[in-house]
Amino acid sequence: MRSTGLFYALTALFALCAPMLGLYPVFMMQLLCFAMFACAYNLLLGFGRMLSFGHAAFFGSAAYATSWLVTAHAWGPAAAILGGVVVSGALGLAIGAIAIRRHGIYFAMITLALAQLAYFVCLEAPFTGGENGLQGVPRGSLLGVLPLRSDLAMYYLVLAAFLAVFVFIRRVVHSPFGQVLKAIRDNESRAISLGYDISRYKLVAFVLSATLAGLAGSLKALVLGFVTLSDVQQSTSGEVILMTLLGGTGTFFGPIVGAALVVTLQQYLSDIVGGWVTAIIGAVFVACVLSFRRGIVGELAALRLRH
Amino acid sequence: MTEILGIPVAVIPGQLMLGLVNGSFYAMLSLGLALIFGLMGVVNFAHGAFYTLGAFAALLGLQWFGINYWIALLLAPLVVGLLGILVERLLLRRLYRLDPPLYRAWVIIASVVVCFATWFVIERTRLGATLRAATENAPLLQAFGVNVPLLMAATYGGGVALAALAGVLAAPVVLVNSHMGTSLVIVVFAVVVIGGMGSMLGAIVSGLVLGLVEGFTKVIYPEASNIVVFIIMALVLILRPAGLFGKE
Amino acid sequence: MKLQTLAMAMAAALATAAVSRAALAAADQIVIGDIDDMSGVYADVLGAGGVEAINMAIADFGGTVLGKKIVTLSADHQNKPDIGASKFRQWADEAGLDLLLGGSNTGVNIAMAKVAAVKKVPLFVIGAGGASLTNEDCTPYTVHYVYDTTALANGTATAIVNAGGKSWFYLTADYAFGTQLQNAASKVVEAHGGKNVGAVRVPLGAADFSSFLLQAQASGAQVLGLANAGTDFSNSLKAANEFGITRTMKPAALLAFLTDIHSLGLKTAQGLYLTTGWYWDLNPDTRAYAKRYFAKMNRQPTMDQAGIYSATTTYLKAVKAVGSTDSDKVMAELKRMKINDMFASGGYLRADGVMIHDMYVMQVKSPQESKYPWDYYKMVKKMNGEEAFGPVTGLCPLASK
Repeated sequence: MRSTGLFYALTALFALCAPMLGLYPVFMMQLLCFAMFACAYNLLLGFGRMLSFGHAAFFGSAAYATSWLVTAHAWGPAAAILGGVVVSGALGLAIGAIAIRRHGIYFAMITLALAQLAYFVCLEAPFTGGENGLQGVPRGSLLGVLPLRSDLAMYYLVLAAFLAVFVFIRRVVHSPFGQVLKAIRDNESRAISLGYDISRYKLVAFVLSATLAGLAGSLKALVLGFVTLSDVQQSTSGEVILMTLLGGTGTFFGPIVGAALVVTLQQYLSDIVGGWVTAIIGAVFVACVLSFRRGIVGELAALRLRH
Repeated sequence: MTEILGIPVAVIPGQLMLGLVNGSFYAMLSLGLALIFGLMGVVNFAHGAFYTLGAFAALLGLQWFGINYWIALLLAPLVVGLLGILVERLLLRRLYRLDPPLYRAWVIIASVVVCFATWFVIERTRLGATLRAATENAPLLQAFGVNVPLLMAATYGGGVALAALAGVLAAPVVLVNSHMGTSLVIVVFAVVVIGGMGSMLGAIVSGLVLGLVEGFTKVIYPEASNIVVFIIMALVLILRPAGLFGKE
Repeated sequence: MKLQTLAMAMAAALATAAVSRAALAAADQIVIGDIDDMSGVYADVLGAGGVEAINMAIADFGGTVLGKKIVTLSADHQNKPDIGASKFRQWADEAGLDLLLGGSNTGVNIAMAKVAAVKKVPLFVIGAGGASLTNEDCTPYTVHYVYDTTALANGTATAIVNAGGKSWFYLTADYAFGTQLQNAASKVVEAHGGKNVGAVRVPLGAADFSSFLLQAQASGAQVLGLANAGTDFSNSLKAANEFGITRTMKPAALLAFLTDIHSLGLKTAQGLYLTTGWYWDLNPDTRAYAKRYFAKMNRQPTMDQAGIYSATTTYLKAVKAVGSTDSDKVMAELKRMKINDMFASGGYLRADGVMIHDMYVMQVKSPQESKYPWDYYKMVKKMNGEEAFGPVTGLCPLASK
């Protein structure tokens, strides 16, 4: 247990120093946003065993809402992020309420279908900029005090938000609520017979996951200064599944490792190999699924247990 | 001009035709998926890729008349490649010169025949009965001396071959590129879910019907043509979770 | 053991960071970037040929300017605005980018223009046509170099309406460029006494145009206005031919490139009117460039592949003239100088960023008229720059009417 704590401390230290180490802050922020997204997704898949094919809807809708509030209504970043998170949470409530009534592949398909509707709204609604998305979203200054224009200030804001989300998810999973959620994951019938209202637990988990995914989307929109259809596209839903599975579902650190791996590959490998990057990520994924099914962190944890 | 639902009457037969063509592709693809899912319980996400492969196999077969050894080598591991080329050589070669609208009519006919043949094999023949028995109780069947793993491989091959066949048929009609299957596979999944996972008849009927619905959406509200299938899927899943033809 | 593993993982992460950092350009270089569609529907129009043209321009310039080596970067934006904009931002932050050459796709270029304004890096738009880039989306650092939707409409739509094609139905690519092209053409058609019957919006890279073409046919219009580009254009025209729509409707290529005509073949494309900013067979200068390009790429250059050469050279000339890569100084010099080379004669940069130069209305030759390979166009009309690009609209605050 002590080494785990040490590891977290080291990682946090690394993240704090990253800009000083010469890592490109915009890249690091993108990485953190996707890591947050993957952690949020993991809450649902890893601890609730619900396979959503439509999580980009939450990520993207919040990104759109935040961008729209900032550009069209000149809201400050804090209020706009809050607005985005409320939108994704509400959408999560609506989609979740329908989806949790089904299981397995049907659950996945219904989230996919509803997410496609969200995509359609983002494509066709008059305020989303259609195929071009919303461009030139200013970061503004946090609560009117801290200007976020510099990448460094923005980086620490994103990092703080990420750490908060990470700690929050840990607390949720270790809380009585999280214990019931895991009980449902492991044996749904038993949880029902114990008298738990499992729909309520599942719905709360779904909404939490959607809300946190939205926070990641809102932050990403502010970091990059734009939001486009890619953010709500089904391929983004696929990416977050990939990240979570690669890193290891049901582990706390796995989604972060998965996100870091995928984002880094996409960013730097695509310069070298171009379009082959998709094939390479695919191959890495297949290799992982075939040789270490628990994901990278999952396997490492299993290794440690054996020692 | 006379209009029905805002569509000029003169356009209707043409759109009906195009809707059926798309529906034929959906039907064949979703039939393959339903076959693999229904008999093996495997959700075959690679289906779109096989569809694409089929199309490419056809194109290559056409462009390199004598099939190049290396291309054959590349495709050989995949039943689909060989099958695509086979179909191309036996059936399609003479059809490429067909008038485009005529070719589209042929697509519909071919699809109906293939779909019916598949349904017939699964539901009405001894082979089909064995297959269905294998899904019910594989160990028992194995005890009777049936080679179940081989049967499963053959089923997967059959389902994939259907995808490849659709790809070959589509090659002259649509733009062949490496992304053609990616966007399609999701729609086809939706078609399968609407028809009822694992239901052969459901896959065929919902494939054709959804092709039509999508075709007419293109005329009435083109922007929504990519989404209409998902709307229907969401409704079906809410109202009748096992799909239109699935067993509860 | 466990701690060791963790430590090693950390070390690996740091090492990769160090490596990526080492790849950064030093300050004693001039960095020219090119972000384009390298693999999608527009890859033929500019793409790898564009990269080759940039390298030719740099080699012709001597490989250095102000005593600094000129280096290039290129990336594939995959027609996604987010990829283009983040790549541009990254190069500006990390690689000391001095000039960005924007490839095809108006949507991507609009996104990149926002970055250009923030990062103060000149953006020469080569392959994208949307006139909004120098109107509502203009920035002090944007240059629209080769052509825009206004010039295309003024050329092609005017020629067709004057030739009797009065009623139009549009097949429009469903994004910024298509919409702007359709709007520009509609205005020209109306101004010349024609009428716009209807339009259908088609997703970029659609696999099947037949359903949309049937709608066009049912409209009863005389002219089928193709407000799309690249393989979308050639596929829609091919499909229109297959369905016999071209027998009743006259297709109008609102944007067609030489490579499109080449892949369609003269038999399909003959008689088409189109507007181009450059053609390889105009005069001895253009033929000389085309010959050198052909030796490298084994095909004749499109107007974009000539324009990107000229744009690179023009930028380097401006840098040399002011003796600095300071963006504001270079932009001021660019707006002062005249552009005379194989691409443009007497070209100049207007305050809103449009490079004003002659445009040509062409008609595609019939197979009989074509005398040698790539002999595809006959000139219908040469428009001077002011006529082609029209007056300042006033939508860009940098230029007043």
